[in-house]
Amino acid sequence: MQVPILKQGSNLIATIQSALTDADIVQLRDALVQQVGRYRSQGVIIDVTALDVMDSFATGTLQEVAQMVRLRGARTVIVGIQPDVAFAMVHMGLALEGVATSLDLEEGLEYLKQTDRPADAR
Amino acid sequence: MALAELRHETRPPTDASDPLHRELVAHLRGNRTQLREEWVRRIADAQLLAAMTQEEVFAEATSVYDSYVGALETSTLEALQAYAQDLSERIIPRGVETHEVVGIVLLLRDVLARSLFAKYHMDSALLTRVLDAYEPAANAIAITVAVGFVRERERVIREQQEAIRELSTPVLQVRERLLILPIIGLIDPQRARQLTEQLLRAIRANRAKVVVIDITGVAAMDANVANHLVLTVESARLLGARVVVTGLSPEIAQTLVNIGVDLGKMNTVGDLQGGIEEAERVLGYRVVPIPEPVA
Repeated sequence: MQVPILKQGSNLIATIQSALTDADIVQLRDALVQQVGRYRSQGVIIDVTALDVMDSFATGTLQEVAQMVRLRGARTVIVGIQPDVAFAMVHMGLALEGVATSLDLEEGLEYLKQTDRPADAR
Repeated sequence: MALAELRHETRPPTDASDPLHRELVAHLRGNRTQLREEWVRRIADAQLLAAMTQEEVFAEATSVYDSYVGALETSTLEALQAYAQDLSERIIPRGVETHEVVGIVLLLRDVLARSLFAKYHMDSALLTRVLDAYEPAANAIAITVAVGFVRERERVIREQQEAIRELSTPVLQVRERLLILPIIGLIDPQRARQLTEQLLRAIRANRAKVVVIDITGVAAMDANVANHLVLTVESARLLGARVVVTGLSPEIAQTLVNIGVDLGKMNTVGDLQGGIEEAERVLGYRVVPIPEPVA
């Protein structure tokens, strides 16, 4: 299932709407990296509000997106992680190190707008 | 051990219709007054039940004695179990300890045994048969009372633990986007988990960007809970909130260093005031005094 990617100004917004297969996640990663180059985007927001679970493959691939996108000059924010999902993730040691996170889409856009940010997500 | 099994294993082997058994019960009934007094005296000598007054000890001793003989007479333990439960519920809040309860029951057993020796010592064959009837029953009774007491104590402890866990820790919003979580008392893994879940929901509900977790009121923390604190900080971050931990005691600071907590993951400030000031800074607030009105 393809994840829709919307362009909003200099940002790309990918909203995941249901559980994804590993292949879908890889496809999303590749599409984002490609589109960042095509549109010369400065920010990528991946909205995972609809996800009930995040396994190690998903978190690993999201980290890859952030790293690859950064190499192309853009920043990534993951938004909408549910409390239960966050709880489960950190207990499995999947804390999405090095990737910025925000509460929701609005916060994510706010984060990307700030130019005066430290390079690291923390 | 389930109550049913306990009953089965400690059932007195002789039955109530045995004439020897009935004679035994008659003896204990007949000498009730003096045997009970002897028992109360020995309780005082052993300095047991110090938490209770003389009158109370005497009243309980009477009830226990009668229940004891009743159990011997009927060869059933139900009434005694019920009495033991009731007794325990009454005396545990008074601070009576397990060794005292076991102690007084054993003293009663001794007092009654001695009286049997005194009565039947002339005929050693008869004495043996009397003791054969008496001992299993007396042991069953001692076990019943002791186990009843211990069970009640365990129940009280469980209830207290539950109550402590349910003491809800409030998550307080003190500014827009700023939450404070003051933690007081003992944290066990279950409470830690509960706190984290509560916090994450509050972050989401209040759209908090900064959370100050104050642990001034936490005396000690083991490695388990310290790790849980780190996980709480990490999960809050996934919801876009930054955590500042304040109020670490020197002991807890030592614990964190000893267990090798990745301090880069924890933003800590000395006290709550400092933590709130830092949080306000992060949120872009600046607190200035209102200037004095010019006359």
